[in-house]
Amino acid sequence: MSTTTLAGSEKLQSKAPAVAVPEMWETFKSDMKLVNPNNKRKFKIIVVGTGLAGASAAATLAELGYQVDAFTFHDSPRRAHSIAAQGGINGAKNYKGDGDSVHRLFYDTIKGGDFRARESNVHRLAEVSVDIIDQMVAQGVPFAREYGGLLDNRSFGGAQVSRTFYARGQTGQQLLIGAYQQMARQIGLGNVRLWNRSELVDTVTIDGRCAGIVTRDLVTGEVMSHAAHAVVLCTGGYGNVFFLSTNAMNCNVTAAWRAHRNGAFFANPCYTQIHPTCIPQADDTQSKLTLMSESLRNDGRVWVPKEIGDERSPADIPEGDRDYYLERLYPSFGNLAPRDISSRTAKRAVDKGQGVGPLKNGVYLDFSAAIARLGYDTVWERYSNLFEMYERITGENPTKVPMRIYPASHYTMGGLWVDYELMTTVPGLYAAGEANFSDHGANRLGASALMQGLSDGYFVLPYTIGNYLAPLLNKPTPGVDHPEFKAAETAARQRYQGYLDIKGTRSPDHFHRELGKIIWDYCGMERTEQGLEKALSELPALYDEFQKDLRVTGNGESTNQTLEKAGRVDDFFQLGMLMCRDALERKESCGGHFRSEYQDDEGEALRDDENFAHVAAWEWTGDPMQSTRNVEPLDFTTVHLATRSYK
Amino acid sequence: MSHLSDIKLKIWRQAGPDEGGRFESYLVPSISDEASFLEMLDVLNEQLINEGREAVVFDHDCREGICGTCSLMIDGQAHGPQRGTATCQLHMRKFQSGAEIVIEPWRASAFPIIKDLMVDRSAFDRIVESGGFITAETGGAPDANLIPIPKPVADASMDAAACIGCGACVAACPNGAANLFTAAKVAHLSLLPQGQPERYKRVEAMVETMDEYFGSCTNHGECEAACPKEISIDVIALMHQDYRKSKFANRKTLSRS
Repeated sequence: MSTTTLAGSEKLQSKAPAVAVPEMWETFKSDMKLVNPNNKRKFKIIVVGTGLAGASAAATLAELGYQVDAFTFHDSPRRAHSIAAQGGINGAKNYKGDGDSVHRLFYDTIKGGDFRARESNVHRLAEVSVDIIDQMVAQGVPFAREYGGLLDNRSFGGAQVSRTFYARGQTGQQLLIGAYQQMARQIGLGNVRLWNRSELVDTVTIDGRCAGIVTRDLVTGEVMSHAAHAVVLCTGGYGNVFFLSTNAMNCNVTAAWRAHRNGAFFANPCYTQIHPTCIPQADDTQSKLTLMSESLRNDGRVWVPKEIGDERSPADIPEGDRDYYLERLYPSFGNLAPRDISSRTAKRAVDKGQGVGPLKNGVYLDFSAAIARLGYDTVWERYSNLFEMYERITGENPTKVPMRIYPASHYTMGGLWVDYELMTTVPGLYAAGEANFSDHGANRLGASALMQGLSDGYFVLPYTIGNYLAPLLNKPTPGVDHPEFKAAETAARQRYQGYLDIKGTRSPDHFHRELGKIIWDYCGMERTEQGLEKALSELPALYDEFQKDLRVTGNGESTNQTLEKAGRVDDFFQLGMLMCRDALERKESCGGHFRSEYQDDEGEALRDDENFAHVAAWEWTGDPMQSTRNVEPLDFTTVHLATRSYK
Repeated sequence: MSHLSDIKLKIWRQAGPDEGGRFESYLVPSISDEASFLEMLDVLNEQLINEGREAVVFDHDCREGICGTCSLMIDGQAHGPQRGTATCQLHMRKFQSGAEIVIEPWRASAFPIIKDLMVDRSAFDRIVESGGFITAETGGAPDANLIPIPKPVADASMDAAACIGCGACVAACPNGAANLFTAAKVAHLSLLPQGQPERYKRVEAMVETMDEYFGSCTNHGECEAACPKEISIDVIALMHQDYRKSKFANRKTLSRS
């Protein structure tokens, strides 16, 4: 395996303007190349994925005058998984007058990410966060308001100010519907062409530039090429590699992975976020886990019985026998400690035998103190939809019995490496939203995913993409009859026919479960060298079985969800190997990447800034076990590297 | 945790849009009462794949009741027996051992069947594309707190905006009408100050696009009963009111009122 150097790869130039961090974005906008409004229609841009990043990018690019083709594998663009985000979106508006500012949001995000994100990108994110709120209100997002009619805010983990805007517990839904409607308007106007139930199965690079994509129609099985001047992947994260996660069932890594195989470097795959407040697994047939918004920690208190194996019902456990461990360990942040810390402490409590519930696999999140302080009605109004959802799933009413929660895979900070302009290492191929790696370092703060998706799509890409396109004006680009497109189509057809032809004995779901178990056990909340090596010996063997013993029933000429799943699981296997390799090579603990060997006496993550203050971006070589690790050093000129403390 | 046994399923199978369909019977011998309804179908599909048969196709994604992808008529009820609950949030504890459950796709002429239990709901997107938005191109938006919105107004807008676009209202309607879906979008936007400039143009375009695809509303109220987000049919009255105005009044004057 390669050794780490801080020299930095030539291929990984962030291209951020050479000025002080707070001036970079203004400088970039002043210096970037422009495409004349009348020339924009000569450029075609493909946007893959229609979540917050994709829908907002497609809408804005079309408004500017570009021809846009938007692709989604869903039946409607409004189904994208951004819709499931509950808690809120950050914006440095300082409407509460509690000391918030662009700098503070920038600082909180860098610190929350455990100093593993690029300052330039994060500062820009904090800057445009303000515009996002204005934009969404103008579009008719019904954010929560106070009685005077002004916008309400709440606080989220890792922040000491209230800067989170929300729409009940359905913020993601409302923001996505907002972005979807802007895109729908452009579809109606004929500026965006929508391809629904259409899945990206390959990207095509010709003469060193991204030339387009190959898709598979999920209704007819037809494989088809689409050429464009630029391609934007807004295809989300890879959290479903764990099988059980809070991601929607169809979330997958295929688009990003296919791009990776065609030259786009994949950065920090080991940075995965385990969300502390999910409903614990109830049985073996469980297909996914359900998140309970972090906003609940504003009013809920986390505790476990002090005594190991305490069988009493929570109401019978007196205050003195309860351990409110977050309040005890992190007095200044308390129940709002960041996600990685909250998750690890919950795991430790359960591992010690203090877990609660029938399977002893959860901790309590208790609202009785908030109900006593604020009254039932206030607490109910804040969280009613979450309480109802919890009751539908568990059969218990959380205003009467404390909620049971446990961490689950939720978000992936890693993703395609992008430069300051959100371009991958393949010219003309961009990645935005959760699909890229750029803004959250090793841990994402709550209410920042929605912010990043909309930032990338509304306020970053529409500027940066022109900088790439301007010099291409009136230059010929390869069409779909180019042999490279034809070759990619043939390969895709063979790939999907290949799954049908194996005719083995086990379903894609069977393999996915097995894969997920390995990744969760060895590359989940706590990782060790020994465990990762074990995973790296088991994964290729299981992958080999997958390739020989997969069973996909049905055919390739009509809707076949088993076949779709087979392709996605295939890519998850390869990604899983890369994740474990990345986790093994990163010999430090930071954010969501916790290596047991690297912790201090109190069990806190021990970073190694001397050797690992860098992005690891992997280059495909034909085998995920042999990918090459490249390094982009991270410079901290505005924020001082410090040990993250939330005590 | 306990288990239910011998769940008998009668499921609509149809190979494609132009193929004939039929019910087929299946048995799920055992399922945890903690399992969701769709997890029960996952178990059935694993069973079918093990037997070398084709899995039942059904739409689903978030399984948290928010994306609106899941559908299913369960024993003749859109999203099944639990009120205010999408199919993906329905759990097996609502059923008994030995139950016989009939599962069908949404049935509406505007939602053609793609395969088995999966239907094509793109007509909903066409309605939104025709006017279900506030024109606010990126950049240039005024400060978010510039226009205060009274809390009850914002709440009423949010109540309507909670629609997940699943299509249960259409499936439950004896006329296959999409009035609840369309009116929820109209109400969401028209209640807000930001939605006023396009209020009448919007309702006109959306209602007329709706009429191209869907049946007419005769106030059965089945849509409200089936809606997993319990959106009130009051929004339909709002839509009709605005639609009538849009047709009879002078637009130039109306837009100032």
